[in-house]
Order: sequence, then structure tokens, then C-alpha cells
Amino acid sequence: MTDTAVPLALRPLETLGRRTADVVTALGRFGTFLAAAVAALVTPPFKLWAFLSRIVFIGYRSLLIIILTGAFTGMVLGLQIFLTLSRFGSEAFLGPAVALSLIRELGPVLAALMVTGRAGSALTAELGIMRITEQIDALTVMALNPMRYLVAPSVLAGVVAFPLMTAIFDVVGIFGGYLVGVELLGLSQGTYFGEMQTFVDMTDVMLGFWKSVSFGVIVTWVCTYKGFNVGHGAEGVARATTQAVVLSSVLILVWDYFFGSVWR
Amino acid sequence: MITVEGLEKSFGRQAVLRGIDLEMPTGSITVIIGRSGGGKSVFLKHLLGLVRPDAGRVLVDGVEITGLRGAALDAIRRRYGVVFQGGALFDSMTCLENVAFPLREKFRLPRPEVGKRVEAALAQVGLEGMGGKYPAEISGGMRKRVAIARALVIEPEIVFFDEPTTGLDPILVNTIHRLIQDLHRRFRFTAVMVSHEIPEIFEIADRVAMLHEGRIVEVGPPTAIQQSETRVVRQFIRGEPDTAEVS
Repeated sequence: MTDTAVPLALRPLETLGRRTADVVTALGRFGTFLAAAVAALVTPPFKLWAFLSRIVFIGYRSLLIIILTGAFTGMVLGLQIFLTLSRFGSEAFLGPAVALSLIRELGPVLAALMVTGRAGSALTAELGIMRITEQIDALTVMALNPMRYLVAPSVLAGVVAFPLMTAIFDVVGIFGGYLVGVELLGLSQGTYFGEMQTFVDMTDVMLGFWKSVSFGVIVTWVCTYKGFNVGHGAEGVARATTQAVVLSSVLILVWDYFFGSVWR
Repeated sequence: MITVEGLEKSFGRQAVLRGIDLEMPTGSITVIIGRSGGGKSVFLKHLLGLVRPDAGRVLVDGVEITGLRGAALDAIRRRYGVVFQGGALFDSMTCLENVAFPLREKFRLPRPEVGKRVEAALAQVGLEGMGGKYPAEISGGMRKRVAIARALVIEPEIVFFDEPTTGLDPILVNTIHRLIQDLHRRFRFTAVMVSHEIPEIFEIADRVAMLHEGRIVEVGPPTAIQQSETRVVRQFIRGEPDTAEVS
């Protein structure tokens, strides 16, 4: 009907207008979804058990991958930074260089990307399957708010678990750097940790902390939204899962830049 | 009484419901029949308040639910029990926890009371002692029965069944139908069922409505529907192939 009503010359404009309206609508839905989750989070009854099980799901079950990637990231940093610094005779700064890289940047970002790959995708798939098997509808017609049971606990768990995962990633990474720099390449232990105490201050730690908190919100928000609004069938769940991981990863990197450029 | 007036719904350019008028009397079993993809489930979702119509309204005991949101809609839904097509049991919970869930979360009953009512509900559907199993560990027929137990454990005034026997063998179909009939006799709830189990459905229905291409083409007691002269009704009941589709 619309196609025939709009003159041919104006159709590209109509298409552009429709797409813009679709994007604005989608962004509005995305925003109100988080608002609904926060509203469910701050009004009783609180779902403590659901929150704790989400902590296990997002945090505890990601521990192994966090420790593994943290260790190797620290070891790579230790090796590469040592080789670079040795050109200038500044190997003494290996400790702070590794620690600052991890605490300010790599720890929050890589931990968030790892948790997205492991837990975020599973979160989307789980909610997507609940949607297509009408389990979310079942909650709704029981007059129970699915946001309270499924989304709010995940977002809160993300806010708690992401900084913890990041802290573990940082600590393991620093020891990875220590293993390479001190145990393998011969830097003294006192220099590695002593210089670290001199150059790393609380501002750096808080920067990493707030980054990881915001990543926790971004990842759980995107992943639950995509799972909640999944398309039809197994294909819909697969597509939503892919979109959730890609969008979360992109948003982590984009947000990281803007956050880092505002808070130095 | 549930009353539907002039209900219309389209998805994009596809009109699914084209003006439905129907009354579902209190205490009766109304069965909506019709071909697959004819809009039966979409119609049911309007009664549940899961989908908003483009036009028309749904009234539950005189209260229009089509414009309701939040707490007002939940107040109506508290009177509902719903058996979804696939059961919609929560995978992460045992059958017992599934049946207990609405009692615990919706009505906040004390634990001993919940336990007593859950056991009774599972016994009513012939699943005593099966409560410890997860939905994935039981058969399709059992899942449907757990779903019925979960819907009825809260003693709802209105129960909706969305194709409760789809995918079951003929013996299980009759078992589930008898179970629904028996429970209806005991609790006298208003039942709205979507089904295409012909002719079994005529034994349990008080009223049958045929939904075809988004409209109710015939409604009446089962005997009247079985003797209908309307072509699409006759064709559906007898399972005659659609010549247009074959060619």
C-alpha cells in the first residue's frame, strides 16, 4: 500500500526515514530494557538465590579461562616489554609497565572479552531457548515479572563478577610477567615489585575497577536483551548469540577508548 | 465469561486475525479448532494479554484487558492457568519445583502448604513420586501432565490449553483429554482450548469455534459443528485434502 502511495522519486527518502525510525525505536527498546531491569533490581522482592546462581554462572565458571588468559597475557607482556626496555637499558621499569598495562587496560578489556565469550554467549542462548520454548511467556502469564527473575540478577551479577574477574586477571597477569621477567630473564624480584609500588597508584586501580563495572553492565545488558528478543527457532537463537557476542565485544572496545580518554 | 469483539491483528502485511467475535461462557470448555497457521495461537495470546490487537477488545468478566498493563493486567492473570503447547516447563527445575513455583512465587504460600498442594496436584495427573525428575528426563506425555498440574495447582478460574495433545500418540491424546474433562468436572473452571484433535475434541467440548483465515466461521455445540454444512468446517472435520493446495 505504502509503496504505491509514495512517488518513485521520494522512495529512497522514505526508506531512509523508515530505517532511521527503526534504529531509533530499537535504541529506545534497548534503553527501556535496561531501565526495566534496574527497576526490577531496586524494588522488592529481591531474588537473592537467582543472583547468587548468576554469580556462579558468570564469575565462578569463568575462573579457569580468566586464570589461563591472565597468565599468558602477563607472560607475553613480561617478555615483550623486557626486550623493548632492554634496548634502552631500562629493564627496571618492567614491573610498573606490566602492572600499568594490565590494571589500566588489558585486564578489564581482556577479562570482559573472555567472560563475554564464555558466559555472555551462554546467557543469550539460555534466554533465547527460554523464549522460544515459551518459558518466558509462562512467567509472564503467571503474573511474575521475567525481568526480575531472569535479567536483573544477571545484570547485578555482571556488576559484581566482572571486577572480581578483572582483579584475578590482573594479579595472575602480574605474576605471569614476574615468571618471565624475574625467573626466566633474571631481573631482580625487588626491582620488579619495588618499582611497581612507586609507579602504580590508586587512580590506576580505580580506572580499571570502573571500566570493569561498566563492562559488566554492557555485556549482561546486551546479552540478556538479545536473548530476550530472540527470533524464531534454533536459527534465531544462533543469530542472537552471535550478535550478542559481536556487539558486546565491539561496545567493550569502543567504551574502553572513550572511558579511558575521559578518565586519565 | 470471556468476550472477544472485533479482534484484528496483522504482522507486517500479513493479516492473521480479521475481526473475531466470540463468547466463551463461564464454567464451560470452549475449543478453538482450525488449520495450522490459521491464527489460533495468536488468538490465544491475545486472551493472555501477551499480544496487543490492532483493533477490537477482549473482556474478562466485563473488564477490558486489551488496554491493561502492569499490575492491573497481572490482577487478571492471577486468575489464569495456562498449559502451553510444549509445556513450557522450566528446564532448570525439577517437576516438583515447576509445580511449586507459582505457589511459592505468586501466592507466597508457606512451605508445608506448598508441599501438600504440589503432591496432590501431581497425584491428580497420575505422576505421584515423579516430582524429583527434570523435564528433560521424562516423556512428552508426562511433560504435558506436569504442565497441567502446574496450571491447575493454583486453582485458577480460567484455564487456557494451547494444543495440549500435539505430538502425542492416540492413547495419550485420549488420556490427556479425559484428564482435562475429569479436572474440569471437579474444579468447574472456564476452559479455552486450542486444538485440532478431530474427532476426540468433540467429546470434551461444550462449545466449538472454527477459526479459518482469521475469522470465526462457525461456533456452536459439538453436534452442530459435526453436522455443519459450511464447506471449510466439513472439510476440516473430515480431513479432506485441499484441492487447491494439491494441484
